[in-house]
Amino acid sequence: MTPRMGFFTDTTVCIGCKACEVACKEWNRVPDDGYAFLGQSYDNTGELGASTWRHVAFVEQPRADGDLRWLMSSDVCKHCTHAGCLDVCPTGSLFRTEFGTVVVQEDICNGCGYCVPACPYGVIDRREDDGRVWKCTLCYDRIGAGEQPACAKACPTESIQYGPLDELRERAHGRVEDLVTAGVTEARLYGADPSDGVGGAGAFFLLLDEPEVYGLPPDPVVPTRDLGAMWRRAALAAGTFVACGVAAFAGRRAR
Amino acid sequence: MKERAMVPRAEFGSYYGRPVLKKPVWRERDIAGYLFTGGVAAGSALLAAGADLTGRPVMCRSARLTSLAALGVSGVALVHDLGRPERFANMLRVFKPTSPMSVGSWLLSAFAAPVGVAAVTEATGLFPALRRPAGLAAAAIAPGIATYTAVLICDTSVPSWHAAYPEMPFVFAGSALAGSAGLSLLMSPAAENAPAVRLAVLGSALELAASKRMEGRLGLVGEPYGEGKAGAKLRLAKALTVAGSLGAVAFGRRSKTAAVVAGGMLAAASALSRFGVFEAGVASAEDPVYTVGPQRERVSARN
Repeated sequence: MTPRMGFFTDTTVCIGCKACEVACKEWNRVPDDGYAFLGQSYDNTGELGASTWRHVAFVEQPRADGDLRWLMSSDVCKHCTHAGCLDVCPTGSLFRTEFGTVVVQEDICNGCGYCVPACPYGVIDRREDDGRVWKCTLCYDRIGAGEQPACAKACPTESIQYGPLDELRERAHGRVEDLVTAGVTEARLYGADPSDGVGGAGAFFLLLDEPEVYGLPPDPVVPTRDLGAMWRRAALAAGTFVACGVAAFAGRRAR
Repeated sequence: MKERAMVPRAEFGSYYGRPVLKKPVWRERDIAGYLFTGGVAAGSALLAAGADLTGRPVMCRSARLTSLAALGVSGVALVHDLGRPERFANMLRVFKPTSPMSVGSWLLSAFAAPVGVAAVTEATGLFPALRRPAGLAAAAIAPGIATYTAVLICDTSVPSWHAAYPEMPFVFAGSALAGSAGLSLLMSPAAENAPAVRLAVLGSALELAASKRMEGRLGLVGEPYGEGKAGAKLRLAKALTVAGSLGAVAFGRRSKTAAVVAGGMLAAASALSRFGVFEAGVASAEDPVYTVGPQRERVSARN
């Protein structure tokens, strides 16, 4: 069986070159999403979206010595173990591949938009001139042919690493240990824990600050985790609905 | 009217204040509108069955026609909202219990047939033997139609919707009952109004009680229900709900004019309530405080 494949993005070695953004756009023929000047450090991309499948965040933090610390991080779809987008998709357009990744079939998607607010990371979005939703496929075509995804291939510092998820997790834990030993005590993994709210992410990160500093949710939970409880509440409410109807008509007949 | 924040704001980081989530891409007129029309289609199917079984022919007729009309508007709105409307039939390509929208698509399909048969046989007088069985079948599916929409919006990462899942089905069930009772008051003779008046009161009480409980329990993510345009709509909806049901109780069985005014208030309240809930959810997705705040608290509580 094919092992589950994923990304480990080690943000400590990201140099903010955006080669991943460009390689992704070129390989996947993703259209432009406007040429904005955001005034947010070197980031004029802003966020992940229907036409942005890799996004490099730039954070400038003042340091105690008066200098400045750069945090750069290339964000991507997390390819969750428990994927909200996949769970709520009513057409079966979103599916789980043999690599354990989550992919949209663009010939099925009818643009209902349910996956968009379902994603706890704000990744997937609808391309309004096209009507369908789009996101990272983890280069389904490339990895099927034994290649690496375009972003990982283009990354000059191996900040983006592609491989079997088990191996990536092991390597990442080792990297955090090395960093902590070297005095970088703020190093931590994000999305590597299979017991988290999404069952662990297929694309996880090594960060140097709290996730929200990079625009990531600190404790994401797949919305369908509570779906059983939701249906039970709806069933109770449905019963109440009927009871109100019976009470309204009970007793007196009109004639 | 600017309200005072009831919950102290915690300090947390953000990426240039940008939202963490994508807000829903659903068009408000289509989807908030559907929450209302779907609700009254369900409530009217229930009313029609009750009127049929208790011998109120005018009320039964108007409720059956209302149900079909509301369902027709719902169908148009739902297809119109799709990014690829020509692919609407893909909704029935699979059945997925993990997707409330898939469950809802099948429920709506199952609901549409008996609602259509009941209304068409009612309007044309053809196949009178089908009328009651179809009406009862529609009423049997109606509770699902009235409540699944709450699961639909709560099964998202939208903070103010997701956290509201315990109460939202009751809010929606009450709103559907009060709204359809209101439409019945608009269209039925005063002599047949007694059940609609009782249903208006029961539905209003259910909706108001569930909303109060929900907004009181939610804390930080309850704020959007009280603020801005959403808050204004929800406050107006509550006022109209109270006024409409009081008016219905006092005059609904005596004066046709008063019943029409009260019924109109109740129907408007139901619509406003759905638009308010919709807008509150969108507002909560747009502000990272509602995403990061509660999550940061969870993390702190664990450590």
